[in-house]
Formats: sequence, C-alpha cells, structure tokens
Amino acid sequence: MSVSTLQTSLVDRAPVTRLTAPVRPPARRGWRYGLTVAAFLLPSAVPLALFVLVPMVSAAWISLNDWNLITPMQFVGLDNFAELIADPRTAAVFGNTLYYIVGYLPLVYVGGLFLALALNRALKGRAFWRGIYFLPVVTSWIAVAIVWRWLLNPNNGVVNTVLGWVGIEGPGWWTEPAWSMPSIILASAWKDLGFVMVILLAGLQAINPDLYDAAKVDGAGAWTRFRHVTLPMLSPSTFFVVVISLINGFQVFDQVYAMTGGGPAGSSQVVVQQIYDLTFRYGAAGEASALSWMLFAVILAVTVVQIIGQKRWVHYA
Amino acid sequence: MKRSLIAAVGLAGVTALVLGGCATEPAEPEGPVTITYSNFISAGGNEDNLTAIVDAFEAENPNITVEVTTLPYGDYFTALQTDLAAGSIADVVDTDFGFFQTLADSGALAPLEVANPEAYRESLIEAYSRDGVSYGLPSSFSAVVLYYNADLFDQAGLDYPTSDWTWADEQAAAEAITALGDDIWGSHQPVSFFEYYKVLAQNGESFLNDDRTAVAFNTPGGIEAAEWLVNKSGTVMPTIEQGQGTPDFDTNLFVEGKLGMLHTGIWVFGAVADVPFSWDIAVEPGNTQQASGVFSNAVGVSATSENIEAATLFAEFLTSSQTMVDVRLDSGWELPPISDESQLGVYLTKDNPANRQAVFDSLDGIAIQPIVATGQQEMQDIMNEELIEAQAGRKTVAEALASAEERINAVIGG
Repeated sequence: MSVSTLQTSLVDRAPVTRLTAPVRPPARRGWRYGLTVAAFLLPSAVPLALFVLVPMVSAAWISLNDWNLITPMQFVGLDNFAELIADPRTAAVFGNTLYYIVGYLPLVYVGGLFLALALNRALKGRAFWRGIYFLPVVTSWIAVAIVWRWLLNPNNGVVNTVLGWVGIEGPGWWTEPAWSMPSIILASAWKDLGFVMVILLAGLQAINPDLYDAAKVDGAGAWTRFRHVTLPMLSPSTFFVVVISLINGFQVFDQVYAMTGGGPAGSSQVVVQQIYDLTFRYGAAGEASALSWMLFAVILAVTVVQIIGQKRWVHYA
Repeated sequence: MKRSLIAAVGLAGVTALVLGGCATEPAEPEGPVTITYSNFISAGGNEDNLTAIVDAFEAENPNITVEVTTLPYGDYFTALQTDLAAGSIADVVDTDFGFFQTLADSGALAPLEVANPEAYRESLIEAYSRDGVSYGLPSSFSAVVLYYNADLFDQAGLDYPTSDWTWADEQAAAEAITALGDDIWGSHQPVSFFEYYKVLAQNGESFLNDDRTAVAFNTPGGIEAAEWLVNKSGTVMPTIEQGQGTPDFDTNLFVEGKLGMLHTGIWVFGAVADVPFSWDIAVEPGNTQQASGVFSNAVGVSATSENIEAATLFAEFLTSSQTMVDVRLDSGWELPPISDESQLGVYLTKDNPANRQAVFDSLDGIAIQPIVATGQQEMQDIMNEELIEAQAGRKTVAEALASAEERINAVIGG
C-alpha cells in the first residue's frame, strides 16, 4: 500500500476529466490489451517476484529444514515451529516487540500530529521547519543510534546532565534492562516524527476549509472544531499512519541492533533481532525462517483486523 | 585444567610434518588465473600492508591475479556465511580460530597440500589441522598482555609488574593507583567470555569438562575467578554506567593517562605508541598459575574453488613468505606465524614497548579457547550476559554462574 493510494481519496477530489476516448468494454479487450497491461506491470512485478515472493517461498521451505547456512539442509518438517513455540524466548521477543509498539505508536502519532498542526499554520520559515523535522527520517539509523547513545549516555550524556540540573538522577538508559526499551522507543519516535508529520500535514491540507467555517457559524470553539472536524477528517491519514507504523513496528531492527544489540540481558531483544541472531550467530537459519513466517502471520492478522475495523472510525469524505 | 597448546599437539604435529612432506607442491597454473580473497585481517589500518604482500605474490606468480575484498571483523562472518549459503564464497577466506571449527566441520574448506609445513610454528599449524591434514594456514598470532603506565606506578611509589606477579600483586597496585586521584583507575580488564576462560585457567580451573559436553566452572575456584573479573568494576575500574565495555573505552582511558594497568592484546601497540608518558608491558599475572590469551587467525581455501592449487599457493605465500614476515615485523602488524624464531629477533629489538620478550613469555602458558561441537556462539553470548549481570549487581556472582551453567548446558547438550 503506498502513500499515494491512500491519499488519492483526499487529494484528488476534483472529477477526473476524460482525456481520451472511453476504454472498450472488457469483453472485447484482446491480447494487445493484455500485453499492454503486462508491459506496464512488468517493471514492478519482476522485482516484486524476485525480491519478495521468491525469498518468501524460499523462507517457507527453509523453515521446514535444519540449516546452518553452510552444510546441506535437512528436512525436519514442522520441528522448527514446535521448538519455537516451546522456547520461552519466542514469547519474550514478541513481548518486547509489543512493548516497543505500545510505547512508540502513541508517541510518534501525537508528536507528529502536534508538529503537523503547528506547521500547517501560516508560520514564518514554514518550509524550513518542515525540512528540519523531516531530516531525521532520511538519516541513517546507524548515525542516529550513535547520537542517541551519546545523548543518553548514563554517565555524561546530555539528557542525564540536564536531568541532573533539576535534581533528578537520570537512569542508566541503555545499561539497565528496565530502561533499554524506553531508550529505543524515544530514539525511534524522534526519528519517525517527520514522516508522520508529512502524512498528517497532507491530510490536514486536504480538509475542506468550508467545514471549519460552517462549524464556526454553529458556534464551535477551537477544541470542538479539532475534535469534530479535524480528527474525523484526518482519520484516513491516521489510519495510514497506524497501519504503516504497526507493520514497521513489528519489524523493528536497525535501532535495536545499533543501540543495544538486544541487551542488556535480552531486555530489548525483538523478533527481527532474534531472527538475525538465529541465522548469523547461532547457525539456525531454519528456526529463523520459521520465526519470520510467524512474524508475517502476526503482521497479516493485525493488518486485516485493522482494515476490517477501519469502517468504524475512518471517514472518507 | 590447563593445557599447553604447544605440548599437547607435539605428536600430531610430527604426523602433520610427515603427511605434509608427502604432498606434492602446488604449482603455478599455466594460463592466467584470477583468484578471490576475502579478508578481515587488514581492515582498519593494514590495508596497505596486505597490498604489499599481494603485489609481491603477483610479481612472483605472473599468471595469478588476486582480487582482494576487505571487510571489518564485525561484519566479516555475516558476509562469509551469506556467501557460503549463496555459493559465492571467495577462493581464499580468512577465519578466526573459533569459526574455523564450524568451517572445517561443515566441509567448506579444502584439505591443503602445504609445500612447506615446517615454516610454521608447530602449535599454530596443528591448531588448524584435522587428523594431520591442514584445512587452514595460520596467518598471524597475537597475545594478550598487561600494559602499564610507568608514570602512574612511579607516582604511587610502586614496583613495575613482572612475569612473577600474581592477582594479589595486581590488586594491591590497582588499589594504590586508584587512590591517586578521582578520575584515575587502577586496572581494566573486560568482563567477557574471552577473559573468563583465561582467568579460570589462571586459577587452575577449566571452562568445560573433559569431553566438552558440559561446563565445569561452577566451582569455588570458578567463582573466585569470576569475582576477580567482576569485582574490579566500580573499585579499580570504571562501571558500565561510566562507559566501561564500550568500544575502545579501555584503550582511550590508558592513552589519556588515566589508567594504571590494561589487559589487552598486542594489536593496540600502534594506538598506544605515541602517548606522552612511559609505558611497557608484562606477562598477565595468574593466580595459581600463569595463563595467557593467545589468538590466531588463519586462511582457508574454499572446497568449491575452481582454482584450489593457485589459491593454496597464495594462501601459503600470505602466511609464510619472507615478504609477509618483513611486512608484519616492519609495521608491527600481528606476529608472523613462522617457526624460525631467529627472524623474530627483529621484533624484540624494536622499542616501545621495550619488554617485547613478554609477548613470547606469554606463550609458555596458553589458556585455550573452549570449543564445543554445537552452540559455540550461544555459549559465549550467555557467558557474556551472565557475567555482565553480575558486574551490574543485578545478580550475585554465584547466581550468575549457576544460571550460566544451566543455560549453557542446555545449549551444548550437557
């Protein structure tokens, strides 16, 4: 699902004028038409098949085998899945991933919404500020992780130094199990704020100003207008942000790998970090592939539930 | 139980010599051949030194071109495993001692017909052999020693460390130096698997049982060894919160003149060379006996290589040629794995540190890395994690070792 697909309903509301003669009805479409469609689809279909479908099917096959990447695979049926289900670490890594999502999603959404509302006003240097807030999105996670490790350094980091000025003894951010995940959540939310801001900004700008005028005439105050006009009209963008953030959240890896490596004591070990460790550290590519498929199943289920649930709260004007 | 690598493998080494002598010497190919070499040994400062060796090889073997790929150590093994899985492994590959076992066990390495096996230090070539057949050639070795800041020792009115020192001597000196000032620390030793199996050996204990199916460290001696590591933190060594354990933290602390003693490898000679205070090295102190960490790297030839002969020729040149010896000794890169100790004399005459003899004295007692059939990396990770739990004070040393014992035994099949 791309940004443009979801935004189309918001942005392109003007009736589309026909530029050419009407397309012939389906019954009379011949092989030429099929060929044309295929030619247009090919540039995206080929990479999709090569880099998504083939690896997915391969992973499904590998998940049924015992494989250390070096010696030939040995077919073990569903043993890898059974082992994963019996292993308490599996529940732990899914639990940690869920912890990440629960902490990250509200933070990044509320922060992004706040920025979008602020930068939707006629502000001096608005484009500049939008650029500034978007900058972390296009920055490499490794660079961001190094900066955040420095900011959150328990001993002489900026955050704990500032906390010290107001008499608070800062925690051992990435050195204490209780604080490792909050550190990652904080850094992730900071990095992704700009992305959420841009999506919500597009959503805000597509809201018909007449709605606000009408609400004002009806005596609605600023909060009421926000609550009953902005939020409902923004719901398609919110839906998009939530879906994408959840999918990305379940696959959180770069920041964990770069900031804590899953530690201390496995406190920030997430599903994808576990997949990486199983494959490249513990020579268990079969189990790792099985875990990948379990993760896929979870993401699929959550996304389907959201798509079904959206009818209750998403309003396409 | 500590074994001397050199002594234990003497007999097998003779077998290797005999077998090696029977093998035919790999010959230079008749037509032009290109071989690939994937390495980590030159990453981070020795790229030019490797190029010098490769150039000399190509000049001697005009029919062979070597394409070199260099990756940092941290990424190397991920890339190597991916290449193995994809069937795109280079003809000649680097490995460390730990991963060599996995490679050799899985049949990924070709048996090598070594033209001149006696050129290598016997214990090292044997470490990369199976039943007298070489599957890898040692490319270098290095030892972990005790670096010390002589100026801080003078300030505290202490004698310099000697090869007779024990843990108690180090502890007393570390406390005296820590007392010199608020940001001065006595001694730094990493809290990790690689240090733990070594201090176990220094205390006459062993990490694994004799048949390597279960751990053997959860004993009073093992607990004492773990306490020796863990209890430095916050007393004579900075804590994790103060940055201990982050990359290069210990070397930087030493270079800044804020650390009395540093346990690390001879690979940081270069980083420490230009400090504005006087420093030297000594053999690491033991408790009941001396045991040092010795590390070596090796190269292997891929079993699937189409140019095994040319690859072997290069592997041998890279690990035993005179050019390699000269380049390594000249640049202070890790030590050449050669048997001819007279050549290493040059190394001893170089200054900074003056007591280079300590490097060779370290080899008299080697703590051998515990190797298990399955679960090597997981075993190391669990040990690191449990030691750090004890260091951070979230577990007592006894609790951490008991937990490590249970978890590691479950992984290695004990």
